[in-house]
Order: sequence, then C-alpha cells, then structure tokens
Amino acid sequence: MEGLLFNVNNGYVEGIVRGYRNSLLTTPAYSNLTQCETIDDLKLQLGPAYGDFLASLPPNPSTSALASKTTDKLISEFRYVRANATGSLAKFMDYVTYGYMIDNVALLITGTLHERDTRELLERCHPLGWFETMPVLCVATNVEELYNSVLIETPLAPYFKGSLSHQDLDELNIEIVRNTLYKNYLEDFHNFVNTHSDMAGTPTAEVMSNILEFEADRRAINITLNSFGTELTKADRNKLYPTFGKLYPEGTLMLSRADDVEGVRLAVDGVHDYKTFFEAVSMGGSSGPGNMGGGSADGKSLEDMFYQKEMEISKDAFTRQFTYAIIYAWVKLREQEIRNITWIAECIAQNQKDRIGNFISVF
Amino acid sequence: MSLTYGVGGIGSFLTVVGAYMLFTGSGESFNVGAFIESVSPYAWASFGISLCIGLSVVGAAWGIFITGSSILGAGVRAPRIRTKNLISIIFCEVVAIYGVIMAIVFSSKVEAVHGAELYSADSYFTGFALFWAGLTVGACNLVCGVAVGINGSGAALADAADASLFVKILVIEIFSSVLGLFGLIIGLLVSEKAPAFGAKPT
Repeated sequence: MEGLLFNVNNGYVEGIVRGYRNSLLTTPAYSNLTQCETIDDLKLQLGPAYGDFLASLPPNPSTSALASKTTDKLISEFRYVRANATGSLAKFMDYVTYGYMIDNVALLITGTLHERDTRELLERCHPLGWFETMPVLCVATNVEELYNSVLIETPLAPYFKGSLSHQDLDELNIEIVRNTLYKNYLEDFHNFVNTHSDMAGTPTAEVMSNILEFEADRRAINITLNSFGTELTKADRNKLYPTFGKLYPEGTLMLSRADDVEGVRLAVDGVHDYKTFFEAVSMGGSSGPGNMGGGSADGKSLEDMFYQKEMEISKDAFTRQFTYAIIYAWVKLREQEIRNITWIAECIAQNQKDRIGNFISVF
Repeated sequence: MSLTYGVGGIGSFLTVVGAYMLFTGSGESFNVGAFIESVSPYAWASFGISLCIGLSVVGAAWGIFITGSSILGAGVRAPRIRTKNLISIIFCEVVAIYGVIMAIVFSSKVEAVHGAELYSADSYFTGFALFWAGLTVGACNLVCGVAVGINGSGAALADAADASLFVKILVIEIFSSVLGLFGLIIGLLVSEKAPAFGAKPT
C-alpha cells in the first residue's frame, strides 16, 4: 500500500538517492584503481566519479586530504537530499546523523577532559554529525558545564538523560559513555522506524529493523570481545547491550556471561551468519577473532566480515522500492567506498601492493 | 483513532434509531427499494457518467504523479531516461481517455423526456445500466491508473540503473494498462443494451 502515497513527498528524493547509488564504484572500477602506481593516477581514475571535488587537490595529495575530499562529496549530497526531504523523511535523516553526533560529542568530551582547546577538535569532528550549536559546547571548560550544555543544546539529550550523569564522564569511562549513548540511540531509532505512523508496517520498518538489528548485534559482540582483560564488570557490560536484535534476549544474556572468545562463540551459535563468521575466523586460527587481528585464512578479520555483511544488507535494501531505508543504506555504502579509496591510496603511498586487494566491494 | 470514534458513534446512533422504528411498528418506513425507485433515472444516469469520468481522471492523475516524481528524481543523475519514460506517462493518460470515451458514449443515451414516460420500466433500466456501467469503468480505471503508475515509477528507476531493463518492465506495464481496457469493454456491453431515454422500443 505504501506505493500509493509514498511518492507524494518522497518520490523525488528516492530517485535522487538511487541515482547516487548508481554512481558508486563497481568491482571493475576498483580493479582499475588497484592498478594505479601513484596517488595522482588514483586521482585521475576517480575523476569520473568524484569530478570537481578532487580538482582542488594539489598534485600527489596525502591520503587524508583525499579522504576528506571524498567525504566532502558525501556531505554535500547528503545535505542536498536533507534539504529536499520533508516530514518523517526529514526526521529519519536526522536520526541517521545522530550516530555521528554521538561520536562528535564523545570526541569533545575527551578533549575537555584533557583540557585541550576544543575549538581545534571541531575540525576533526565528522561533518555529518555537525549540529548548529556544536561550537557552543567548546565554551565549556569543565566536564560538568559540558554535560549541562550537551543536555540543553543537542538532540542527544534523551540519550543522556536517565542513564548518564556528569560524574560518569571521566576518562576511563569515555568508551562506556559512547556505547551507552549508542545503545540508547539504536533503541530509539529502532522504536522510531517501527512505531511512526508513516513507517510502521511498511518496507521501511522491515528493512531498517533488519539493518539496525545487525548493527545492535555487531556492537554487542564487539563490546564483549573488547571487554576481555579490562576492568569492565559483567553487570556493567550487560547494560551496554541494545535490547533488540537477533541475539536478544538469549544471545545477549549468554554474551554477558562470556569469559572468553569461546563463550562469545557459544552465544552467537543460534544465528547462522555470526556462527559462520566465527567459524571462518577460527579456521585461520592464529590470532583469534580480535578486532585488529588479521590472521584468518583469507586475510579477513571478524571486523571485515561484519563490514562485508553490512554492505550486503545495504545493497539488498535497494531491492525494495518506496522505503526510506535506501538513504541509510546509501550513506553506509558511500562510507565504505571512502574507506576503500583510503585503503587503496594508503597501500599505494606505502608501497604495500600485496595487501591492496583487502577492500570490500559489493557491486 | 478519531475515525474509530466517529464510525462507532454514527453506527450506534443508526442502530438505536433503526431498533426504535422496528419495535414501534414503523419498520416498513425504512424501505430501501422504495427509496431507489423514487430517485429519478436521470439522477442515476448522470451519477454514472460523472463517476465514470471522475474516477478515471483520479486514476490517471494518481498514476502520473507516482510515475512523474520518480522520473524527476531518477532523471537528475541519468538524463537519458526522460524521453523514454514519457511512455509511462502516456499509459497513465490513456486511462483518462478511456473514461472520456465511455462518458461520451453514456451521455449520448441521455435525452430529455416528459411526464410519466420518465418513470417507465425502460427509463429505469437505462438509468441503472448507465450507473453501474459508469461505476465499473471508473473503478477499473482508478485501479488501473494506480497500477500503471507504480509500474512506471519502477520502470523509471530501473531504467536509470540499467538501460536494458526498460523494455522488460514496459511489458509488465502494458499488462497493467490492459486492466483498464477490461473495464471499458464490460462497461460498453452493459450500457449497449440500454435504450436512450424516451426511445421507442423497436
């Protein structure tokens, strides 16, 4: 039924976003990129896709400059789409930016804790998570002031309220703060797509639930893996798991009791995808499924496989018409593309050609 | 929510009134047949004609806006689709043309008659036939227009992604476009047997 009225407000935006998706780099394009000898060659190869955005780069630019220019293109496209969005789609796109906002706020909190000049940090914030009152946060000189201004000035206030107080914002806790915020954000987003009258029962709710459930599971697994050998107690860890997802409630309960990698493996046994990931990682064996370990059989870490899965889910989102989920999927696909370009550029710059194929391409 | 309360309120009111009439012995004054007969056959015929053209135009307009907004969006990044996909718009427009044709056919049966002849059996037949034929054509075209519109919007987006898909989706679109034709044929058959108002039986 969503086909009847979806296009009244969102038909144009959907067409635009699908156009953006069609201009994503494909596997042949990537294989051309990997043939490049210098960053300049790479820049030339990216010309058709990125055009004007790379034109202002100096010859032989640094990889970080390349990455920031490619991000600029995503930002300008995202802002264009956001400007054309109305009603619940606009709200949906705001929700997409909240995830980046959480990272930015966490960055500013770290800066304040270290008594750095937070104005410098503003430039390092992700532009998608930019909000108008962000410079105001820099006025704060101590954590308590920052906490109060975050509550007043940002849309993130509901995620702080009730679960975090200003005493929680100390250096050791910053990852816990970030993960608590992210948990609240994911639950709120999940609730939003499933209860809003424009989205409940439509493909948007279906596809977005799928994407967000995966995201929630991934975070739960990562939190657990990263907590081994730290001071985080099991009870505290349990509080960081989102209360939905394919693993919830049984899997997350088992995750909260896990003492080692084997425990995590048992916890995710009920979900076929994750089970396969863990099996693939353990086949390689040597370094175990740590996040930074790249020691598995085909050179893929657990993190890589999660990214691969995320990209496949995002790609599948485009098989549905009349849904907001394609916008979320497009942002994720573009982010991965930027990571891929950065990886390839880094490999070229450091002459590590044998690892250049280690990017994720789904088209 | 407000709709639920409204429907519930009106429903219970009607039940109470109906039950009151039934139990006080005046149930016969609630007579649907007499009401239908008391309506002029002209009213039935004109209502049928207006439903025919009105619903057809709503269907065509609905289809065009669904298709049109998708063509607009997809055309930004792939301008080559804009001319090709006009065919989807034309398919939607055809639905309105079906409605116009049928409305013209129906209205040719409406002639002025005087006196008791208006309430003759033939006139009732013509009135009812035109009403139901008009409703058939209108409803078919409304649904057909929406179906073609959604198809056309998919065709535009698919064409923008991969030009070789256009013809394949167009075939499906033709099938949904034919749905309106079914309504047109049945409407024609139903109204065909009805004599024009006041025409002498041959």
